[in-house]
Amino acid sequence: MSATTTPLPESPVAWKLPYRGRVGMACLIFAESAIFTIFVVAYLYYVGKSLTGPTPREVLDTPIFYTICLLSSSLTIHFAGKLLERGRRGAFLLLWLLTIALGALFLYGTGQEWHRLIYEHGLTISTNLFGTTYYSLVGLHAFHVTAGLVMLSVVLFFGLAGRVGPEHSARVDVLSLYWHFVDAVWVVVFTVVYVLGR
Amino acid sequence: MSSDAIAIQPAEAAGRPWVETLHEWVTTVDHKRLGILYILYALFFLVIGGIEATVIRIQLMRPHNDFVSPQVFNRMFTMHGTTMIFFVAMPVLFGFANYLVPLMIGARDMAFPRLNAFSFWLTAFGGLLLYFSFVGGNGLYGAGNAPDVGWWAYAPLASRAFSPGHSSDYWTIALLASGFGSIGTAINIIATIISMRCPGMKLSRMPLLAWLNLVMSGMVLLAITPLSAAQLMLLVDRYLGGHFFDTQAGGSATLWMHFFWIFGHPEVYVLIIPCFAFASEIIPVFSRKPIFGYPVMVGATVCIAFVSMSVWAHHMFTIGMNSYANSFFTITTMAVGVPTGIKIFNWLGTMWGGKIQFKTPMLFCIGFLFQFLIAGLTGIMMASSPFDWQLSGSYFVVAHFHYVIVGGILFALFGAFYYWYPKITGRMLNESLGKLHFWLFLVGFHVTFDLMHIPGLLGMPRRIYTYEPGRGWDTLNFLVTIGAFIQGIATVVFVANLIISYFKGAMAGNDPWDAWTLEWSVSSPPPVYNFASIPRVASRRPLWDLKHPEDPDSRYE
Amino acid sequence: MRIGETMCNADRRTIASRAVGLLILLAGVLLAASLCTASTPVNHQVPSIFDPHSTPAESIRHLSFFVLGITGLIFLVVFSLLSYVVVKFRSRVGGAEREPAQVYGSTQIELAWTVIPILIVAVLFLATARVIHGIQDAPRPAGAVELTAIGHQFWWEFRYPELGIVTANELHIPVSDPGHRTPTFLKLLSADTDHSFWVPQLAGKTDLIPNRVNDMWLDPHETGLFLGQCAQYCGTQHAKMLLRVYVDSPEDFNAWVREQQQPANQDGKEAAGRHIFESTACLNCHAIAGTNGTGRFGPDLTHLMSRRTIAAGAAENTPENLRLWIQNPDAIKPGSLMPAMKLSDAELDALVRYLETLR
Repeated sequence: MSATTTPLPESPVAWKLPYRGRVGMACLIFAESAIFTIFVVAYLYYVGKSLTGPTPREVLDTPIFYTICLLSSSLTIHFAGKLLERGRRGAFLLLWLLTIALGALFLYGTGQEWHRLIYEHGLTISTNLFGTTYYSLVGLHAFHVTAGLVMLSVVLFFGLAGRVGPEHSARVDVLSLYWHFVDAVWVVVFTVVYVLGR
Repeated sequence: MSSDAIAIQPAEAAGRPWVETLHEWVTTVDHKRLGILYILYALFFLVIGGIEATVIRIQLMRPHNDFVSPQVFNRMFTMHGTTMIFFVAMPVLFGFANYLVPLMIGARDMAFPRLNAFSFWLTAFGGLLLYFSFVGGNGLYGAGNAPDVGWWAYAPLASRAFSPGHSSDYWTIALLASGFGSIGTAINIIATIISMRCPGMKLSRMPLLAWLNLVMSGMVLLAITPLSAAQLMLLVDRYLGGHFFDTQAGGSATLWMHFFWIFGHPEVYVLIIPCFAFASEIIPVFSRKPIFGYPVMVGATVCIAFVSMSVWAHHMFTIGMNSYANSFFTITTMAVGVPTGIKIFNWLGTMWGGKIQFKTPMLFCIGFLFQFLIAGLTGIMMASSPFDWQLSGSYFVVAHFHYVIVGGILFALFGAFYYWYPKITGRMLNESLGKLHFWLFLVGFHVTFDLMHIPGLLGMPRRIYTYEPGRGWDTLNFLVTIGAFIQGIATVVFVANLIISYFKGAMAGNDPWDAWTLEWSVSSPPPVYNFASIPRVASRRPLWDLKHPEDPDSRYE
Repeated sequence: MRIGETMCNADRRTIASRAVGLLILLAGVLLAASLCTASTPVNHQVPSIFDPHSTPAESIRHLSFFVLGITGLIFLVVFSLLSYVVVKFRSRVGGAEREPAQVYGSTQIELAWTVIPILIVAVLFLATARVIHGIQDAPRPAGAVELTAIGHQFWWEFRYPELGIVTANELHIPVSDPGHRTPTFLKLLSADTDHSFWVPQLAGKTDLIPNRVNDMWLDPHETGLFLGQCAQYCGTQHAKMLLRVYVDSPEDFNAWVREQQQPANQDGKEAAGRHIFESTACLNCHAIAGTNGTGRFGPDLTHLMSRRTIAAGAAENTPENLRLWIQNPDAIKPGSLMPAMKLSDAELDALVRYLETLR
């Protein structure tokens, strides 16, 4: 059936295109940015419009420490990637673990803050417009952090089993891109919620 | 190896147990099979959506008709719109993109075959979930069933207070699922086009179909996601007591409108751009000339993509925005007509000086050109916001967008079916049946949608299950319904052609149309690996260069 | 296999294009017929946007003719070019099998058909912007009537705050003399979902959106009855949320206002019926000025008999329909929010007789 394929010239010359994993992740980030943008727009639109209930100024505490944790995890993951490229598997795993720990710490901080808001100030997602938009936006981000941690843990697991080497650098790099994105989103969320929105 | 058996000769397949074939298809990650699955899925829902439209038209055949109750009617138009956009148009276009893009750029498959399969099944699940609502939608207050809030699900109509039960949730979750499927496919198409072109195929040498699907996929990433975000917010409102769109708590109904139309307007360009791609492949081949102004076609499409992101509130001219906002959206909407018009002129330029062959694919593309012109012009009328204050929410709008979707998108799709069916199945579709399909559908389309503009001009709003007699709407509605039946018959002819030709059609060979892009260089149907060896290209029309070594395109590009 | 058989196609194409031409002619005739019927002056039965009787609707028609003219011209030019191309450049049998000249493009032509559309857009936009501002930013003259319209599922509430009037579904406004203008300015609110106020012969539509205040104005030049209905899908009975706008002469309007300002008929003849109204669930939703009924969920019934229709136009205001509506609203408007009142026949009769006194 395939005997009559029209012959086409063969290809001797080098032809280098971007790595598809990177392109795919860039597209995902592009799409996710749009989702976050909509939630940010809703948050900003509703600033000051709640009819009742606690206001941001009354109840929000700026989470400086946990922000530093999360943003540092971008640094650690960056260096972990570089170490993996150079074949330093042990050091890579250490920094990778540190990244996960910092991310987990950030999540813990978010949980703690939510606990305080709910039990001490009575602010829930259904309390008022601020509650709805705050928990949705911060929660969406926390969800993405969680998803990221899951993926990072998968890599950690395979790494501990000795299955991750320099040949996987490109893929690990793609995952780091996602993690950097999650951190960049936090910068925006932090600015909108704790700086502009008060 | 059973994976070689894509060539669908009934004799060969007879020996294998059907469960094995079914298993292969269900677990496939091959872009060609997934493309076919998408297309078959869409065809199935096209028939369902068509039945819903027929119910609507029968009910509206005369005033105060009681063919269906208002509750059923409202479900019909909601499901018709939702089905046609999300489970017919999107899947069929992704299906063609899936099938054709790797072949046209000289690749063996898409960039992420498993993501491809996952995206398809996610979309398929969404459709099934939506339709499950007919049986499973009874919620707490017994007020469940299929969704009946219109395909835009405006707030606060879609909130718990006004839509108790689960019907709106089926709408929301089904579209969230298929939305994520669409995003997955869009990511795949972009990564494939950027990273998997064969050597020599610079971006400026890609077939226009590849370019336009690249732009469309980029738009999907930016357009579907606002809808997903808004739907997540709606779920927060409906299930967690949130107030995103709760007007009693200070929330805004217009915020939903903005989010929805920020999705909704680019979405219609997402739907039409691949159809521009079909026209851009078919018209040159049947005019025997290259596309006129390739760089301008690319540039105009990119322009459309950007400008179309700024026009969304022309769907909201009547909500009471101030005169500056209305003026802004008027001018952006009119502006997007400029690159669109340029494309029509370029197709005209392609045909000018050519030797036009009126085979069925070309007939449908010519119909597309005439009808898309008219649809674009009625769009310009509504871009003028005071004129839109009369036309919006009326049957004029319904006529306009069906002119685009049926007269434009569906006609171009039919053209694509007739053009690429030989490549996909190895057999030609019957040309006489094809022409019958074309003329019948053309007549039915014009009877329905030309006349439909008039009741709108005479004050008939949309989404009404019945209307008052004596307002000048009666006869027109009756005739519109007749046209719908004619289109239904034409569709039956089409489906019959698809089935009969599969078994009895003339063998197609590699290149039945004497075309110029890479998919015509392989067998019909292509082998599972697409190309025996990855080709190298030196121009936009590699097969033209091979067939005309004395005058190759590569000399001029 | 090669592509041939073009002669028969050309013939068939000519026949077919004639058929299409006939179809277009038929459509044109139908359009002309319907538009002609539309301009019959009696009662303005056909709410055509091309038969305006009020300033905003007239401005829109004026603009629409300009837009239609330009788009019509564009259509003629491009349609002719397309038709010409399809006929002139069809492949002929007997011609050499050589491919035609492979033209890739032309910068000048591209420039031309980019610049000209941009100019057309500029002209259209400027004409449009004028009308947008003319309608939306119109100043309010001293003699204007102020009116608040509140959209409900599935009826219209009208309040004239300065005149102290509350009514439903059927609107009365004064005709506006160009020399001494008395337009009506409406404030648009909603009690539940989105609605849209559309009376095509008087103005373009404007939506009624909860938690939002919208404005529109009417400036009618002719007395008469003008028809419209809700134009934004608001739920099950969106189709039966009809509008009747009576444009009255100044005398008639003043007479109507005076009537509406009175409390309900208190002559005591139908005390039994009134008692039923005041002691059952009726007064939870309905108000009748001068009784205990102050409900606002349903239409104000104080002057129910001054209206030609009930249930927002779903039925004529006759005793039979009124009785049926109270007993079984689903028979008239299934899905409306009026509950079946479950009264006995005697109670129903008494109640209807009472309601019939509310002129």
